[in-house]
Amino acid sequence: MCLAIPMQLTDIDGAQGTVNTGGVSCDVRLDLVETPRVGDYVLVHAGYAIAVLDEDEAAETLALLTEMGVLDNEAPA
Amino acid sequence: MPDDRITLGHGSGGLLTHELVRDVFRRALANPLLDPLDDGALLPDPGGPLALTTDGFVVSPLEFAGGNIGSLAINGTVNDLAVSGAHPRYIALAAILEEGLERALLERIVQSAAKAARAAGVVVVTGDTKVVERGKGDGVYLTTTGVGPLRAGFPRTDRGPEPGDVVLVSGPVGDHGAVILATRSGVSLETTLESDCAPVTDLVDALFAVDAVPLFLRDPTRGGLATLLCDLAEHGGCEVAVQEAQVPIRTATSTLCDIVGVDPLHLACEGRVVAVVSADRANAALDAWHGLPSGAQAQSIGELREAPAPRVVLHTRYGGARTLLRPTAELLPRIC
Amino acid sequence: MSDPFGPFRDPERLRGLTERLHRLTSERPLTFMHVCGTHENAIGRFGIRSLLPPWLRVIAGPGCPVCVCPPAEIDAAVRLATDHSVILATFGDMLRVPGRISLAQARARGADVRVVRGVHDAVRLAVDHPERQVVMLAVGFETTACTTAAAVLAGPPGNFSMILAHRLIPPAMHALLGLPALRLDGFLLPGHATAVTGTVDYETFATVSGLPASVAGFEPVDILWGLERLATLAVHGEVEVANAYARAVRPAGNLRAQQATDKAFEPMDAAWRGLGVIPASGLALRAPYHKLDALARFGLTLDPDLPECLPGCQCGSVMVGLTEPEVCPLFDKSCTPTSPRGPCMVSQEGTCHSRYVYRERRDA
Repeated sequence: MCLAIPMQLTDIDGAQGTVNTGGVSCDVRLDLVETPRVGDYVLVHAGYAIAVLDEDEAAETLALLTEMGVLDNEAPA
Repeated sequence: MPDDRITLGHGSGGLLTHELVRDVFRRALANPLLDPLDDGALLPDPGGPLALTTDGFVVSPLEFAGGNIGSLAINGTVNDLAVSGAHPRYIALAAILEEGLERALLERIVQSAAKAARAAGVVVVTGDTKVVERGKGDGVYLTTTGVGPLRAGFPRTDRGPEPGDVVLVSGPVGDHGAVILATRSGVSLETTLESDCAPVTDLVDALFAVDAVPLFLRDPTRGGLATLLCDLAEHGGCEVAVQEAQVPIRTATSTLCDIVGVDPLHLACEGRVVAVVSADRANAALDAWHGLPSGAQAQSIGELREAPAPRVVLHTRYGGARTLLRPTAELLPRIC
Repeated sequence: MSDPFGPFRDPERLRGLTERLHRLTSERPLTFMHVCGTHENAIGRFGIRSLLPPWLRVIAGPGCPVCVCPPAEIDAAVRLATDHSVILATFGDMLRVPGRISLAQARARGADVRVVRGVHDAVRLAVDHPERQVVMLAVGFETTACTTAAAVLAGPPGNFSMILAHRLIPPAMHALLGLPALRLDGFLLPGHATAVTGTVDYETFATVSGLPASVAGFEPVDILWGLERLATLAVHGEVEVANAYARAVRPAGNLRAQQATDKAFEPMDAAWRGLGVIPASGLALRAPYHKLDALARFGLTLDPDLPECLPGCQCGSVMVGLTEPEVCPLFDKSCTPTSPRGPCMVSQEGTCHSRYVYRERRDA
């Protein structure tokens, strides 16, 4: 229930980091994520990274949705 | 050796004031009408009706990516004249300075105003300078008043905006508001964005040049595109149907809005024009704009339709539709 | 993931999901509740309700932590700002919600109220102003609570304290089960809160309630995917918690964030504006951190007698999904965002505010 934005980590300095998306970058606190790496996508809420996005899961979800769309176009559900 | 900060003495009307006006304002803004530094400027006979406009500028921060309060003040007044259908000509500039303002900052602001005036083809012909005590002013407040002769044939006397007319916007919306918001949102947001602060005179000229005389012409400043479209709906007593996917917005502006939680349609522009033209002139108008650097990303964003009461309907890119209202609150970052 | 937004905002994918949802058939109308102000905002902004089949209704539950923050906590914040000259740090949403008066009104009268994007910014204010006391009004659900916990555990300076007004969602959902007039067929779960907490508590809730649930994200495709999975469960009578936001939510959630919350805070019974006291639904500072409690530090007690809503306001009923905003007699008449009569219209994530601003047009 909170506004959180996926942004990519571009820099890490201890518990502080820099994130960037779409030409906007800002500071982020990293206290709440384990072993973040530069290049990870994190959900940023109220200035803190609260989760690391799983790119494999994202790709899988998208593939599933695309497949469903294809199957549904070919045959009735 | 000039003081490096403005003092109350600079506003007293005596020697310090004279030197400040001479060395900062007149040096940067120099032109034959200003140079005598009389109480008023003597202007030539315009030969016809005039448009007159005035605006106060209180922007904070004073300097931002893409401009400062000086260029903002000049372009703001130039643009009000341009969308009133006038050829912008003469500007009066009144400055209220806060004791303690860095002189170097004032010089940057005035030089920026001078540069903007040259680019816009206007001259600052008279002005005033006051100084208030520290704590009584936010660095600099500017008031600009502008005047210029009206074009023939505008506003149109044959009809107003009506169903079937097309709504055009000259470029991406919300950039100026986004830049200010980024600075004020309480975090260090570095963006690649710049304010769109610029004169729109050439965009207006282009419409007249291709005989696409607008039925409605405004620049979306405070309150953003949403406010302008609501004004249009009320002015025309009709529905303004907007296709969300057609409204040009820069990625960085859109992302900033996602982060801070505001609607880009509520953010101010300072160098864009919205024009309503008849459907048969829309393509010619867009082509004319596309031929200008300031209009390269111009789009047709919607049309006017019959409706029982004025309203703006935003057709989302997802097939839904919702009513677009004026912004209701001060822009604040959200948590949830 | 070169564009973390784009694919989940793709109109084509959305169209495919919408068609798939319409191909489901239900013998009876289904009502799903979401418990997240951000979901209500997204549903309104993207016009999601106009895409749903006629048998599917989505209503809003008590998902706005600003709306449910009791007036007593806000009043305490106002008193600290006006009577004790603290720097009062608050999220922007809270500015216009009234205790006796609102923080915005207090600021207009000279109180030093500052909007921050997060608790870390409030701590930084304390570091930058060692001569002043800085107090953070910490509202929000589990998503925000863990960030407050992180700030507590990082050891803020001695001039920093907080009014803790966090609330927890699963206890509120359990409380909803006690409302016989509320007929629900499933829950859409908040994707960002569950990214922190995981889904265990919601699986317990599904078992207790006999209702299916689906975690959903906040882009249009995410919301439709969550609804499609939830509707499929409901139509087939399956009681499960589906996860339609797997890229952000793992069943165990974010353990580090949970540990931080657990180390800094313990559950307590808490009042929700318009809903009364819900057991174990709030958070209190654990003993080692009591010195950060602003109420204790400044000797304030919460005033229990402040009116929760103005007469005629139906926010309490709106927040539990028993009344739709449009049905409230004040909605869009005497109650509008510029002259709100209750918290649901003041907060930008309040149900009434969202519904006012994002009014859908089915006839357009």
